[in-house]
Amino acid sequence: MGEKLLMKGSEAIAEAAIRAGAMAFFGYPITPQNETPEYFSRRMPELGRVFLQAESEVAAINMVYGAACTGTRAITTSSSPGISLMQEGFSYIANTNVPCVVVNAMRGGPGLGDIAPAQADYFQATKGGGHGDYHSIVIAPHTVQEEADLMFDAFELADKYRIMVVVLVDGLLGQMMEPVEFKDWVDVKKFKTPEWATVGQGDRAQRNILISFDILAEGLEKMNLVLQNKYAKIRENEVRFEEYKMDDADYAITAFGTVARIAKTTIELARNEGIKIGLIRPITLYPFPEKVIENRASNVKFFFDTEMNEGQMLEDVKLAVNGKKPVYFHGRLGGIVPTAEEILDEFKKHLGG
Amino acid sequence: MEKGVVISGFGGQGVMLAGELLAEAGKEEGKYVTFLPSYGPEMRGGTANCHVIVSDTTIASPIIGYPKAAIVLNLPSLDKYEPLMKKDGIIIINKTLVPREVKRDDVRVLQIDAQHVAEDLGNKKVVNMILLGAYVEIEKPVKIETLKNALKSYLTGRKAELIEVNERALEKGAEIARDFMGVK
Amino acid sequence: MKTIYKVPSAITSRDTTYCPGCTHGVAHRIVAELLDETGLTKKTVIVWPVGCSVFGYYFIGTDALIAAHGRACAMATGIKRVHPESFVMTYQGDGDLASIGIAETVHAAARGENITTVFINNGNYGMTGGQMSPTTLIGQVTTTSPYGRKPELNGFPLHVPEMLATMDGPAYIARGALDNPQHINQAKKFIQKAFTAQQKRLGYSLVELVSTCPTNWKMTPVESIERVKREVLPIFPLGEFRAVKGVE
Ligand SMILES: Cc1ncc(C[n+]2csc(CCOP(=O)(O)OP(=O)(O)O)c2C)c(N)n1
Ligand code: SF4
Repeated sequence: MGEKLLMKGSEAIAEAAIRAGAMAFFGYPITPQNETPEYFSRRMPELGRVFLQAESEVAAINMVYGAACTGTRAITTSSSPGISLMQEGFSYIANTNVPCVVVNAMRGGPGLGDIAPAQADYFQATKGGGHGDYHSIVIAPHTVQEEADLMFDAFELADKYRIMVVVLVDGLLGQMMEPVEFKDWVDVKKFKTPEWATVGQGDRAQRNILISFDILAEGLEKMNLVLQNKYAKIRENEVRFEEYKMDDADYAITAFGTVARIAKTTIELARNEGIKIGLIRPITLYPFPEKVIENRASNVKFFFDTEMNEGQMLEDVKLAVNGKKPVYFHGRLGGIVPTAEEILDEFKKHLGG
Repeated sequence: MEKGVVISGFGGQGVMLAGELLAEAGKEEGKYVTFLPSYGPEMRGGTANCHVIVSDTTIASPIIGYPKAAIVLNLPSLDKYEPLMKKDGIIIINKTLVPREVKRDDVRVLQIDAQHVAEDLGNKKVVNMILLGAYVEIEKPVKIETLKNALKSYLTGRKAELIEVNERALEKGAEIARDFMGVK
Repeated sequence: MKTIYKVPSAITSRDTTYCPGCTHGVAHRIVAELLDETGLTKKTVIVWPVGCSVFGYYFIGTDALIAAHGRACAMATGIKRVHPESFVMTYQGDGDLASIGIAETVHAAARGENITTVFINNGNYGMTGGQMSPTTLIGQVTTTSPYGRKPELNGFPLHVPEMLATMDGPAYIARGALDNPQHINQAKKFIQKAFTAQQKRLGYSLVELVSTCPTNWKMTPVESIERVKREVLPIFPLGEFRAVKGVE
């Protein structure tokens, strides 16, 4: 589009989703992401699209589920406690193989927690969260521009694999403003109802039945294998990451989202002191970029993982490093955002050891 | 060059507007900018602050842990940011509401009796713009002219009539800053 | 000397965090006065909601819990079933009670659960910044009904007491308001009856209180009181909708 707009992350997400062809939004208010539904509530009616405030997150995700079963691009956005309530729906959506996009602006937990930025829903997002053997694609932008760009990819990936895509952000990325340039509008007039959609049989030869159910174990195992094949393809083809100053790095920081961004400043500070740190930033948290981490294990002296939680992605980093090098960790809890200086201080504790 | 400032005061003192305006001006000049507001319960009646960075290159962390520049509109904000300031950093203070001196002697301090200056300009609410004008004159993250232009996209409709007094406030702040730098 | 004003002893010494002119404070006060008058304070457990009154335990000095958003009546049920001697209350907003928590509310009422609910209806989600709620009036502009609440898109305001009054479980159901001293006195009387219902183990009791949210209505306290009179009370009429024998 060319023109740069100064926008809040939480609004850029909504505008990008709209341009990416989101035809329906269902959601329930929760801080720190209220600007997103509020933005949708203004814009969707203008475009003749659907905005509906649900009575709860449980209802919201099931509305998304219903809309998704018609092959319509649908989205909900929420924050941690609301996302917890949606887990049942996520699990059903997974085994029904329908596409949708969910944004989680993570806040401090557990329980009611607070409304400050956090990353403590990594496990929930990447390891399933609801019941059963399933995954969603999970993407974690670290700037407002990237939030806007990845919303387009989120819808594309969702449709390509008939899967739920989770965009994992936090209140800081939602509240901050940066100039953003949006990709071109997706032409929604070209959208066609997919073959599999349940909209009434019409001229189709067969009925479409979209369910997450098979009373016979043999049948359910087959359904599970369909999912697992899909996940294998996704792991093969959709891994995304950024390597930042890794070429000459003696040490690698691993971090995602907001903390990865802060870590880039840490790296500048360190390099000013002659300490060569680089960053490996997973953009897809599922599929996880394990190969790049594994490969870098031969170049660096150690890894330093930093997150706003007590070491959740850390487990995936350790699996990828597989004991080849030490993996250290620094985390803040409850909604505290670490400073670049603090991360550097913690990092230095492991030098010269 | 990366230039960051923390702007801090009570909710309702125009802290966010000043910060957004600076970010908008930076964007207008084709620079990289980040604007990070505080949010949440602390904003209800409490202090509000924002971190604004304007830079020629991409910005990593939008958080300013140790400011090189701070615009301080009330006493709690000075108490909070004075200890965090980088050496030789600049604190621009709304003297009317900050009844104490800065204790550190390794930072630069510009005190402006901004409430009274604002009254002289004919609008009590432009304190934020006076202080912002002073900051921009000293640190030059953007041009004053660009800030003035940016006002037009923020003060629209009924508020458009406030553009003129806000422009004068920015200029007045810049003028005070020039005197300050001359004296130094 | 005659005491004409006294802070109820069930009120703590903490300053409230509510916005100026918000009637949450008034509701707290009448609840606290009744706890004093009935001597129930030390027996009481209040289940606070997620909403502006999530901080209620700062101000009313009883044992306290915060339920997950909307789940107060379920949590209160759990307490009352295993500890019937406790006096168990929920205090909930219209988003908490009538939207996400409507199932818990309706079923607590249907079961005739011996708990008391004080239901603050201020017509929007205060805590999260003024979104539409189930009790938002037709035409009312909120941050998620920017073009006004439209029946064809958002349906109609939910009348909780009227709905619950059709059921057999509840012992006492009423709606009061907090917009003038007469109404406040009436509301207090209603809540007192609700307390009686629980004390006599007659079943579920709920009192809705038509309230204000000046901040999100973008009005002064006085304007918001006038709005209650002019626009809200005609849609949400005051009175008792159900009172079984023995409630007085
Ligand atoms: C599961 C979940 N969803 C959403 C929220 C966010 N939330 C906090 S308070 C609130 C609504 C409060 O409105 P209301 O119940 O009307 O009370 P008021 O603040 O107006 O007193 C919401 C939606 C939450 N905390 N948990
Ligand atoms: S936001 Fe509304 S309900 Fe909440 S404290 Fe303020 S006035 Fe009361």
